[in-house]
Amino acid sequence: MTTRREFLKTGLAGGLLLNVAACARPSENGGRTVVLSALIPVMLAGALPAEGAERPELIVRTLDGVERAIGGLAPATQKEIGELFDLLAFPLTRMLAAGIWSPWPEATPAAIGNFLESWRHSRFDLLKSGYAALHDLIFGAWYARPDTWAAIGYPGPPKVE
Amino acid sequence: MRDPFREGLAAGWKHVDASQLAVDLPIEADVVIVGSGAGGGVSAELLASAGLKVVIVEEGPLRTSSDFNMREAEAYPDLYQESAARKTADKAINILQGRCVGGSTTVNWTSSFRTPPRTLQWWQSAWGLKRLGVDAMAPWFAAMEQRLHVGLWPIPPNENNAALARGAAQLGIPVAVIPRNVKMCWNLGYCGMGCPTNAKQSMLVTTLPAALTKGATLISRLRAERFEFSSNKAVSLTGMAMKPDGIHPNGVKVTLRARHFVLAGGAINSPALLLRSKAADPHGLLGKRTFLHPTLISSGLFDKPVRAYAGAPQSVYSDHFLDNVAVDGPLGFKLEVPPLHPVLFSTTLQGWGEAHARLMREFANSQTILALVRDGFHPDSRGGQVRLRDDGSPLLNYPLNETYWEAARRALLTMAEIQFAAGAHWVTPVHESATGYNSWAEARRGLAELPLAPLRCRVVSAHVMGGCAMADTPQRGVVDDEGRHFQIENLSVHDGSVFPTSIGANPQLSIYGLVARNASLLAAALTGKAKPAIL
Repeated sequence: MTTRREFLKTGLAGGLLLNVAACARPSENGGRTVVLSALIPVMLAGALPAEGAERPELIVRTLDGVERAIGGLAPATQKEIGELFDLLAFPLTRMLAAGIWSPWPEATPAAIGNFLESWRHSRFDLLKSGYAALHDLIFGAWYARPDTWAAIGYPGPPKVE
Repeated sequence: MRDPFREGLAAGWKHVDASQLAVDLPIEADVVIVGSGAGGGVSAELLASAGLKVVIVEEGPLRTSSDFNMREAEAYPDLYQESAARKTADKAINILQGRCVGGSTTVNWTSSFRTPPRTLQWWQSAWGLKRLGVDAMAPWFAAMEQRLHVGLWPIPPNENNAALARGAAQLGIPVAVIPRNVKMCWNLGYCGMGCPTNAKQSMLVTTLPAALTKGATLISRLRAERFEFSSNKAVSLTGMAMKPDGIHPNGVKVTLRARHFVLAGGAINSPALLLRSKAADPHGLLGKRTFLHPTLISSGLFDKPVRAYAGAPQSVYSDHFLDNVAVDGPLGFKLEVPPLHPVLFSTTLQGWGEAHARLMREFANSQTILALVRDGFHPDSRGGQVRLRDDGSPLLNYPLNETYWEAARRALLTMAEIQFAAGAHWVTPVHESATGYNSWAEARRGLAELPLAPLRCRVVSAHVMGGCAMADTPQRGVVDDEGRHFQIENLSVHDGSVFPTSIGANPQLSIYGLVARNASLLAAALTGKAKPAIL
C-alpha cells in the first residue's frame, strides 16, 4: 500500500520534475524520437534482431507505430505522454529521474536496462506508470506488425471469403 | 461474405456520418438515444417499433463486417474507447470498452449470462429494487435470449477453455458451458475485433437494423457533449461532430431536440455527460459507485500448443468461487479465460527484453485464466468515481483496497492451482515482481508472499457498471427501477451505469433484459398504449 506520505512525495517530486521538464520543453517530437530510438532496442531485446541490415529499419517502423498509437489516445492522455517524454528528453530530468547520465544515443543498454528496472519497481506510482506506458507503447507497436508474428508462432487471422 | 448493414444502407436506411458534416444540423425527434451499444440498441428497436421517431447518436464510427479484418492494429484504435487503452486515474486498471456503432456488443466475447439470482435478490433487499425479482425479470431475459440467439455453445471448447475445465475437474471445482449470442458461428476467435461473418448477434446485426428499417436515424461520429435543462426537463442535447480520426471535434455542432432522451453511453460516459451538463444531483450520487469486476490474470505454459487465439474465446466458466462466499462477504470471483492475440498479450505480460521475448516465443503454448472479482456488495467495496478532467473528458478514480487484494491473492492461488492441475509446467501471475513458478507447491509459497499493490499486480476490466445507480428513492439512486431519472422527468438511463453493484457475470444480457423491460415501459408511457403483456 502506498502510504499517504509516499503519495505526497511522489506528487511533489514528480510534479516538480514534470514542471522543470515542461519549462525546458525540447523541440516538438524531436526529443521523443531520440528517447524512443534508444529505448526500443533495449525493450525489444530478444525480439528485435541483434544485428543485420533490417535492424535500423525495424526500429524506425516501431517508432512510427508508437507515434501512431499515441495519436489514437485521448487528448488528455497524449498530453501526459508528451510530459513523460519531455521528462526523459530534457538532460537535467533525464539524469535526476531516469538516472541516465549520458545523452540517450550514447547510453549503454545496461544503463537503459537499469532505468527500466528502476522505474518498473519504483516506490513512486508516477514512475511505475511511466514504465508501463513505455512498455505498452513499444510492445504494442512491435506485435501489431504481421512481420513479427512468425517468431512467436502466431499464424495471423484466418481467411474469410 | 454478405454485409447486411451495407445492404441496408444501400436500401435507404438513414445514416449520417457527422465527421462529413460541414454545417450545423438541427434534429427533432420523439426520442434521442445517446449510444448504440447494448442499451441504446435495444431501446432503439423497441421505441422505433412503437412508432416513435428515434434518432441514435454514436460517438464512434460505423464499421461493419466488411471492415472487420481481424487485425488488432486497426480494431483497437477504431472500435474501442481510447484505443483500448482507457485507464483509471492512477493507471493501475486498463479498461476495455467499445466505441463504435454497436458499442461494446460489437467487440465483446459473446458471453451471455442472466443477472445472477443472488445479485437481483441483493438489489431487492439492499437497494429497494423490489420489482426486479428473479421471476419478474426471467421473461425479459428469455425474450432477449431468443432475440439474440443466446444458447449454450455446442462445439467443444478450444484448448484455452478446455484447460480451465480440465484443471478445475481435477480439483473438484464445478465448471459449466457459457451461453453465447451467436448464430452459425465459424468458431474463429476474433470476436474482440468485430465479427467478420455476422455470426455474433451484436446490436450491429440485430436491434439497430430493426430500428433503421422502421425509420430510425443513426448519427455516427457525433459526441454527445451537453444537455440543456429548463427546470426539470432536458430541452436539447448538443452534439459535437468528430473528425474522421475520432479524437478531435471538427467544429460542427448538432442540436438535438426531443420529447424524451435516453442515455445509453455506457458507465463512465453516461455519468460524465450528466456531470458535464451539470444535471441535478441533489444527493451527490452521480458518477459514484462505478464498478469494474477488477480482473486478475494468470498465465501458464503447456507442452502442447494451446492456440488461445483460435476458437470461441469464452466457452467455459466457473462460479464456484462466487457461490462459496456470502454475497457481501469476502469478495468472490468468476473464472473465465480470455482470447490471446499478439498485441493484447504482449502489452499485458510483465517484463521487457529477453525475459519478455522468451515468454512471447511460447505465445502459442500459453494458456491464461481470468478471475473477475465481484465488487460492490461488501461494505468496503464501494467501487470508483467518475469525474471530469479540465477538458470535460471523463476520468475514473478506482482505489484498490485491502478487501480487494485479499480476494486477489485467493484468485491468483486458485488460478495457478488449476493451471498446474491442467498440465501447465510453468505458471505466473501477471505481476511485475513475479518470475513464475515451476510447480503448484512453489506457486503456493510464492503467491503467499507476493506483494499485491496497484501497478505491480496487473488488473484489467472489460465490464464497467454503475455511476447512475438505480434505487427506490432519490436519496440513494440517480434513477428509479425503470431507468427514469429522479429529477429530470424526460430523461432515462438505459445502460450498465444503472446497476447499483457489479453484476457478478459478464453484463451484456443483464443490460439487454433490464433495458428491454424499461424501453417497453417507456414506449408505453410515450405512446399512451398498453404496457407490454409480460409486465
